[in-house]
Order: sequence, then C-alpha cells, then structure tokens
Amino acid sequence: MADASLPQQKSWWRKNQLTLAPFLFLAPGALFFLVYVIFPVFESFQISLYEWNGLGDKEYVGLRNYEELWWDDAFYVSLRNNLIWLVLYLLAIPAGLFIALFLNQNVWGIRLYKSLFFFPFVISQVVVGLVFTWFYDPTFGLFNEVIGVFGLGPVSVLGDDRYVTYGIIAAGLWPQTAYCMILYLTGLNAVDPEQIEAGRLDGAKGWKMLWYVVLPQLRPATFIAFVVTIIGALRSFDLISIMTAGGPFGESRVLAYYMFEVALSEYGFRMGYGAAIAVVLFLIMMVYIAFFLTKMYRDEKGV
Amino acid sequence: MSFKTNTLAVLAASTIAATSAFAGGHSLSGDLRIFLDTSNPAPRATMEAMIDRFGELHPNLNIETTVIDREAYKTQIRNFLTANTPDVATWYAANRIRPFVEADLFEDVSDLWMEPEIANNLASTKGAMTIDGKQWGVPYTYYQWGVYYREDIFAQYGLTEPTTWEEEKANCQTLLDNGVKCYTIGTKFLWTAGGWFDYLNMRTNGFEFHMDLAQGNVEWTDDRVRATFANWQELIDMGAFIDNHATYSWQEALPFMVNGDAAAYLMGNFAVAPLREAGLSDDQLDFYQFVEITPGIAKAEDAPTDTFHIPANATNKEAAREFLRFVVSAEQQTIINGPDNLGQLPVNAQSAVADDEFLNQGFAMLSSNSPGGVAQFWDRDSGAEMAQASMQGFQEFMVRPERLDSILDRLERTRQRIYE
Repeated sequence: MADASLPQQKSWWRKNQLTLAPFLFLAPGALFFLVYVIFPVFESFQISLYEWNGLGDKEYVGLRNYEELWWDDAFYVSLRNNLIWLVLYLLAIPAGLFIALFLNQNVWGIRLYKSLFFFPFVISQVVVGLVFTWFYDPTFGLFNEVIGVFGLGPVSVLGDDRYVTYGIIAAGLWPQTAYCMILYLTGLNAVDPEQIEAGRLDGAKGWKMLWYVVLPQLRPATFIAFVVTIIGALRSFDLISIMTAGGPFGESRVLAYYMFEVALSEYGFRMGYGAAIAVVLFLIMMVYIAFFLTKMYRDEKGV
Repeated sequence: MSFKTNTLAVLAASTIAATSAFAGGHSLSGDLRIFLDTSNPAPRATMEAMIDRFGELHPNLNIETTVIDREAYKTQIRNFLTANTPDVATWYAANRIRPFVEADLFEDVSDLWMEPEIANNLASTKGAMTIDGKQWGVPYTYYQWGVYYREDIFAQYGLTEPTTWEEEKANCQTLLDNGVKCYTIGTKFLWTAGGWFDYLNMRTNGFEFHMDLAQGNVEWTDDRVRATFANWQELIDMGAFIDNHATYSWQEALPFMVNGDAAAYLMGNFAVAPLREAGLSDDQLDFYQFVEITPGIAKAEDAPTDTFHIPANATNKEAAREFLRFVVSAEQQTIINGPDNLGQLPVNAQSAVADDEFLNQGFAMLSSNSPGGVAQFWDRDSGAEMAQASMQGFQEFMVRPERLDSILDRLERTRQRIYE
C-alpha cells in the first residue's frame, strides 16, 4: 500500500482491467457457491461413510450406509414417490400453457383475472399445504362434499397410502401451474403477429396453429417452465411436511423428506445415513443437471 | 388472544412468600442463561414468573431467559449444548437424556440428589433421571396418562367405568351399536399410537417386559409381543377407533370427543385443558385408569416427566445448581404445578396437588395404584431410532392390521441393526 508502488500497480491494473473485471465480479458469488454448495457436497460424501449421531465421535463404516440403503424399503418408497413427483408435476406446463392462452385476450378487467390466476403462486407453500389439508379432510373437508355429489364415498386422501402422494402433488400443481402460466403469458407477448398472420393465410387453424406456429416461438418459455417445474418437484419437501409429515406410515415421503427424517427430525440423528440418502439424491439430480447443461451448451453453440 | 393477567397478578403476590431457605450462604452473581422449551402461553408465563421469583432472591444475578418453540427446541438443543451453551436447559426424562450423557454434554448432578431435601422428596422420579448410576438433571413436572371419557355419554347408554378388558370391550360394543366411536385418536405425528402400545403392552405383558422391549432386549417377533397386538387388533376389528385417524394430529382429534362422535381418548392430562376450553364441563368429562388385561399383572402407568439440566459446557454452574434446587423445592413445585399454571403433578412429595378432579385422580393412581412401575412414554423409554420405526409400525398396524407380520419382521430387523 506504499505510495511508491502505486503508479506501477495502477498501470498493471489498467493493462489487465478487462480480463480481471469479470473474475472480480464473479468472486463473491463463486466464494459463496464454493462454501455453501460445493464444499457441503463433498462433505456429504465424506459423512456418508461414517456412523455419526451429530454429537459424539464419528465411526468409519465404509459403504455400510449405502448397503443398508439397498435393503431399505422406505428408501424405495421415497424413490418411487420422487419419480411420481417428477412426472406428474410436469402437468403444470400444459396446464399453465392453456390458462395462459385463455387469458391472452383483451377484455375488460383481464389484468384482474390474470392476477387472480397468479395468486396461488404468491402465497406460501405452507399456506397451500394447510388449505389443501382442510380441503381433503375426510370428515369436514370440501373435497368429500364435492365427490359426494357424484355419489362417491368418503375418501381420506391424505390418510390412504394409495392416494396420498397424488393428493399432495395436486396441491403442489396449483401454485406451479400459476407460475408456468405467467411464464407463458410473457412468452405470448413476444409471439410475432406477422407469423400468425402468415400462418393464417396458409390455412393453419386451432391445434395446427398452436403446434406449428405458436409453440415453436414459445420454446424459451417452455424451457424455463420445464426447469423450474423439475426443480419444484425435487423441492417438494414443505408440502409433504405440512400435509402428512411423510405419513401415513411413510408412504408419502420423498428422498429429501426421508433424509430430513433420518438425520434432522426429532427422532433422527443418523447423520451418516442421511448423508448417504443426500448423495443418492444428488446423483439423481446430476443426471438432470448434466442434461440441462449440455442442452444449454448446444443451444448456445447452435445460434 | 387473551392474556392471563390475573394469573400473573396472583403470582406476583405470591413471590413475597417465596422461600428464603435456599438463599442462605453466599450470594450468587454473574450471568445465568436459561433456555426453555415451554413456548405455549400458559407454561411460558409460569416459567417466567418462577424465574422472576428466583431473581428476586438473587438480586446480583443477571438472569437471561430464552424461550424456544417446543418442537424447534428438540433439534436446536443439539446445537446449543455444544456452542453458545446456556447454564440451564429444559428437556425430557429417561432415554431422551442418553445421547447427551454419552456425548458428555450434560452435567452430572448426583451431588444434588445426595442432599436430603432432594433425596427424600424426589425419590419417585430418581429412576427416570438416572443413567449409569448417576443423575443428570432434576424433574419439574409430570402428568398422568389414562382414559379421558365423556361421562354424559357413558351415562346415556348406562355404562360405567370398566376395570377389566372384557368390560372395556363390552362398553365399546354398546357405544358402537349406538353409532358412537369408542376412542378418538390422531396418529399423524405417530406418538399417540405409542401411548396405546404402551398401555396394551404393559397390561398384557407387564412393566418389566415392556422396558425390556423398549431397550431392545426382546425380539419383536416374540409371541408376547404378538399377544399385545392381538389385543389391539380386537379393538381395531370392532372399529373402535375413529376413521382416518392417520390424517389428524392429537388436537385435530379432539372435536370428535367434543361433538360426541367418540366417547373416550387415551391421552395425557394435557388434553383436559383444550377439552374444557371447547366447552366440556367437569360433569361431562371424567377419567379412568386403563383397564386390566392379563389378570394379576401389576399395573404400570405412563407419566412423562419434564426436566431441567445443566449443560456440561455451562459457565455458571453454581448458580445453575441453585436454580435447580429452587425449581424442585416444595413451595415452587406447588406454585408452578398449580391449577392456574401448568396444572400438572408436582414432583416434590411435600408439595400440594392442585384441587382438580383429574389431577387428584391422577395423583391417587400414580401414588397408590401403579405398583408395576412408572414408564415415561414409548418415545422416551426406547431409543429415538427404534421409537421412530416402531411408532410408524403402530400407525401402519392401526390402518392395515393385516400387515402385522411384515411390520413385526421389519421392526425386528431394525432392532437387530440398532442393538446387535
């Protein structure tokens, strides 16, 4: 910091300013990413090789946690539910698209309708979970009143291991559809009216118009909707925690919730086993992330 | 939201009478940090008033109280015992202490238990505070479990309090024939099913066997365990429990009893307050001890105890010990467990039990009609991991009793992994 070295430093800085600037701007983000994401990932790998209750000494057990996972029925139930979530949650995309198409018109008060449709995304997932829990309540809930009109018997959606996951996904779709809708609404603003006109002159109508003219122009919106929906499906933790606490008898758990239950909940203190579940979940997500990254890379190269 | 200002006023008045026996000797100074999990409004006010009374005895002591949400506390304690540690912390008795004892995070307070004041008056809870022959904290309140029932509904159908398993089932059948469920229960958070298992197993096989099972010394596929489940299944097959209990918390199961859709609730005494608030009078509500199942087996009860501990990393252990002495003193026990405060049972034998229909019955039951022993509760007597797995099994059994074999096999595998 001595004054004598200042001129020299300044010139060096001038010379390399353009090269250095991006790194300097990246540095804080990269640092946090390193400390809060990359480092914990490797630490999870490490902890998964130990038997540890979070308090006492760690005991090295090699791959025993993974071996136990292999025989663990609860793990497969969680894995199965994760897959169901991933598949069914994608319904938010077409649902969001059709609502967006429906709302993409100019009538009086359309802004109000749009915000009403967007409303479920604004409220917290916890509130969504509570609302649907009451909605499904087998004794006092609206859901059974409604299906009762059609002569269907009372169903305890959240208390029945056959329906519980679908019930929670339906609750999750409500805000997620709203999110996809907003993405498509902004996308529809960017649709080129001249292309629509041209398509119309060529005789395209209805589904064909949608499929061949409108949808290709919505590709960026579709891509983002796809990404946020997959991420949403993998983050399904809060709804499950609020609506069923993983029950009945663990049938609605997903991997993230199972990990929480094993490692961090009231009765859980098996850090090693929890870390092993986290590693498996991480590897599953890696498949998706790899797909996402290569696709982005290819798209950018293609342009 | 209503604040119990009258309660506070009464307490403020009673502080004048606070004991001075403990204040003798040298005065305490420095900081005393107390962490509490008593986050519900009434217990919170009780505790804060008690700490104020302690503060008045030790004016040079700077007391800092932190109240943490009861559920969040259960995970946070693992952090604050190791870093930024308080001097006093609340917790639960029995096996729940064990992880912290094994990790050297709780202070050995056996010296307190040698003092005649505590040794003579707290003998009944000593066992629940003992691990490896040492005591690791002091209790401050406990409460009975048992069957709370709608006296008016029983009267309507000419039923009386049962004492045997046959009478229990006969009562239940009468209720079912009249379109009333026998028991309400909400098993969403699993532990309520643990209460049923506690009683069925203690009545079928006795206290010793129950504790052996809780500590992992008995196989889950044992015929005696099956006998317990067979008794349970009799009730399930009758349709004794409310439908869809897996979707309800214990609080959400209360309206069934309030509305008269169910006649009884196997619960801890803390269920009385919300039942009264919901409008049931003491004429409509009553209590009986869980019935005898296997004749001749000494009855044992669940009576969960809440406790105070000194973390091993505490800084002001002298003041903390003084605080523990203060909490268990006969006078403070009478006050904090009184009807306007916790409304539970005092741990000190010299204390007065509040004049309350349910506390009186519970106190009589625990002091004279529980010869088999006193259990803490399934999730406190057994290890955390086994408790979690087994309570999930209990819930599954209550919904799908036909899966009993696979449930027991699974629990046995879990037991072998944990204990062998």
